[in-house]
Amino acid sequence: MNKNKKWMATPYFIWSIAFIIIPLCMVFYYGLTDKTGAFTLENIIAITTEEHWKALWLSLLLSTISTLLCILLAYPLAMILCNASINQDGFLVLIFILPMWMNFLLRTLAWQTLLEKTGVINSILSALHLPSLNIINTPYAIILGMVYNFLPFMVLPIYNSLSKIDRNVVNAARDLGANNVQTFTKVILPLSLPGVISGITMVFVPALTTFVISNLLGGSKILLIGNVIEQEFTQTNNWNLGSGLSIILMIFIIISIVISTITDKDGEGNSL
Amino acid sequence: MKKLMITALLVTISISSLMGCGKSNTPENGQVIVYNWGEYIDPDVITQFEEETGIKVVYDEFETNEIMYPKIEAGASDYDVICPSDYMIQKMIDNDLLSEINFDNIPNVKNIGDQYFQQSKEFDAENKYSIPYCWGTVGILYNKTMVTEPVDSWSILWDEQYKDNILMQDSVRDAFMVALKLNGYSMNTTNPHELQAAKDALIKQKPLVQAYVVDQVRDKMIGNEAALGVIYSGEAIYTQRENSNLEYVIPKEGTNVWIDSWVIPKDSKNKENAEAFINFMCREDIALKNFEYITYSTPNDAAHDLIEDEDIKNSPIAFPTLSDFEGLETFQYLGEDADEMYNQLWKEVKSE
Amino acid sequence: MIRKSLQTVYVTLIFIFLYAPIVTLIVLSFNSSKTRAKWGGFTLKWYSALFKNDTILQALYTTLIIAMLSAFLATIIGTVAAIAINGMKKRNRALFMGITNIPMVNAEIVTGISLMLLFISLKFQFGFTTVLLAHITFNIPYVILSVLPRMKQLNPNTYEAALDLGATHTYAFFKVVFPDILPGVLSGFLMSITMSLDDFIITHFTKGPGFDTLSTKIYTEVKKGIKPEMYALSSIIFVSVLVLLLLINCAPTDKNKEIVK
Repeated sequence: MNKNKKWMATPYFIWSIAFIIIPLCMVFYYGLTDKTGAFTLENIIAITTEEHWKALWLSLLLSTISTLLCILLAYPLAMILCNASINQDGFLVLIFILPMWMNFLLRTLAWQTLLEKTGVINSILSALHLPSLNIINTPYAIILGMVYNFLPFMVLPIYNSLSKIDRNVVNAARDLGANNVQTFTKVILPLSLPGVISGITMVFVPALTTFVISNLLGGSKILLIGNVIEQEFTQTNNWNLGSGLSIILMIFIIISIVISTITDKDGEGNSL
Repeated sequence: MKKLMITALLVTISISSLMGCGKSNTPENGQVIVYNWGEYIDPDVITQFEEETGIKVVYDEFETNEIMYPKIEAGASDYDVICPSDYMIQKMIDNDLLSEINFDNIPNVKNIGDQYFQQSKEFDAENKYSIPYCWGTVGILYNKTMVTEPVDSWSILWDEQYKDNILMQDSVRDAFMVALKLNGYSMNTTNPHELQAAKDALIKQKPLVQAYVVDQVRDKMIGNEAALGVIYSGEAIYTQRENSNLEYVIPKEGTNVWIDSWVIPKDSKNKENAEAFINFMCREDIALKNFEYITYSTPNDAAHDLIEDEDIKNSPIAFPTLSDFEGLETFQYLGEDADEMYNQLWKEVKSE
Repeated sequence: MIRKSLQTVYVTLIFIFLYAPIVTLIVLSFNSSKTRAKWGGFTLKWYSALFKNDTILQALYTTLIIAMLSAFLATIIGTVAAIAINGMKKRNRALFMGITNIPMVNAEIVTGISLMLLFISLKFQFGFTTVLLAHITFNIPYVILSVLPRMKQLNPNTYEAALDLGATHTYAFFKVVFPDILPGVLSGFLMSITMSLDDFIITHFTKGPGFDTLSTKIYTEVKKGIKPEMYALSSIIFVSVLVLLLLINCAPTDKNKEIVK
């Protein structure tokens, strides 16, 4: 039976060679050659030029801040949801991840509408004679957009790992004299760490590589590394440089994955 | 093993039937794939063309010349008709991406004023590849309620008091044009010092800019989101119609006079349909319809004569007398190295 | 008591944060004034305008077709692959899981670019086929990761027993194995549909002339200036998703957990 089954992997094997491995090899090929096809490291080294480095640094900064904010917002929420009595069959959780099913662009578009100079929030503020809020087209708007778009990806894994914690373990800690803080830091937090870690990867990577959020909420004034790559392909037409920067981006993704696997050595986290 | 075969079969059947579907949609007279600027045609005109000719129009839009070019060069999309601007047409001719238009198939070309073909010679030396569709200038659109002083120079875009109230064009050549003209240089310069100065000016301006936009400038100005915006003259009439507080000026330092023309790429698979489409666009009633919808200046003299509203017919915005202005230029393709330099400097502005 | 109310306040605040934009879109979809700064009275005209807008409807149709087809094909390929992977030895298995994780872990922009480079070098005509192939590619991992846990739980003896009792391989598979892994297959299918519906970046790089999914359509519209029809469309999408999820939730499964994968 096993022998029979092995052959069944063939279609997927061929598929992944054709549409995953070969395309990635092409990115590497373009990234490591120049326009004439000769080998060069120029496109990789290009990251050290000021404008690319700035874009990468800003991306790292904004995505790190967003990820941290997501954890800070999501963890208490997941804990509350986990204990809530009204949360039958995870219905309440569903409410909090429902916005995820809204089209990603529409969600971001909604914030544009809210934040604009004459947008909804400012109309309300001016009706109340309050000072206006001018964060559209600034890095703050981009952070907001990232947190908003990716928060559900943080809530869900944390909630899952929290809900897996055996109540008896918590009770046992209490019986043995641990106070609330101790129970949290010694029992709940370590046990829910895999969820946090998997949440971090799910938020950090898309935030690091986005070009849509910065485009829609940044007024094209803020260049993230994703924007640079996108523009190299769609506007400046320098695929070699775009691929080279993609390789850099992949290195950062791999680093973040490795860090999370090391931290998550119990292997209990979701298989991301 | 059996299941594998069934699966493979299913996949092949469904994929092939899908591809079949794609083809069977094509009507008797084939199709024409049009690649045009956003909001640059009256949608009714497309329907009318389809009804009259039986040719299906597949319509696609681009935001800037720079976004359009890689798609054509990659050759992965078989567009039949494209509407790039002057310098981009020159670049496409230089890189052998365009095919010569058979003017015998486009009798309506007689409607296009001769001076526009003369002007086109700057980028299409023998008038073999392009037929003008729209033309205009680039200027400043300002909101009279927010800007009280007279606007006559690009320098107002560097005025601190309009911080966060300025909209700049998000395309490399247009943005640099403003900065180069401000400093009194040619907008076709390849002199690194002049470009560097322009870059510094743009960086200096960046904190004052609310956003870099392309088509959005129109809605933002109508919605009173900003006080000043760099805009194509064609949008001026439309925006004034929607918001009477808006005023368009051509700055005294001079500006860009551009022509957007129809061209047929080498890869076109439906060249005759493409020519039929261009011919249709040159028909006076169609050109008029388009003019009334998009309000971009038409080079179609016959259509110009048909405009009923005298104010618009003689509008100095839509149909300016170019000899009244100084410092007018048309973009030229400056070669690969210059392109790279512009892009590099623009990226430095954007990442600041 | 204070703790309880603090919790309620916190949950409510996040709730507002998450839903304010959506509510705004819905409210604006009924606003007869074109500028969003003013309330110009209640209207349904954007809804009727939406249903007269062929390009948006075409994009909606394309989106659904791509989502269904790519999810369907990915489910077949992915399920078959999961069954095979489950029967593999450790080394092969690790190899396959490694490949499977690439599209999930990698940045979407890189996946999109890599597929674009592939299709261009193969001289593919950009359009329906390229987008479909791309969507199948990023959907397969979700199916595999949903089906695999089910396969692990499977008792191999039942399958053997069916064979011993004279069932053919196919018969035994469909009668014994398939019903057990069905929940995993279904949730993989649903995940695929969700991912495909929501995808913008990969479609952005693989789409061709005149071919738009809702996401790419919205992107071009946003760049040109938002039209109120878009608000109407987003309201409809949101309400349908809400209804759909309520319906699904009525038949509770362990779907929530599967979704995180």
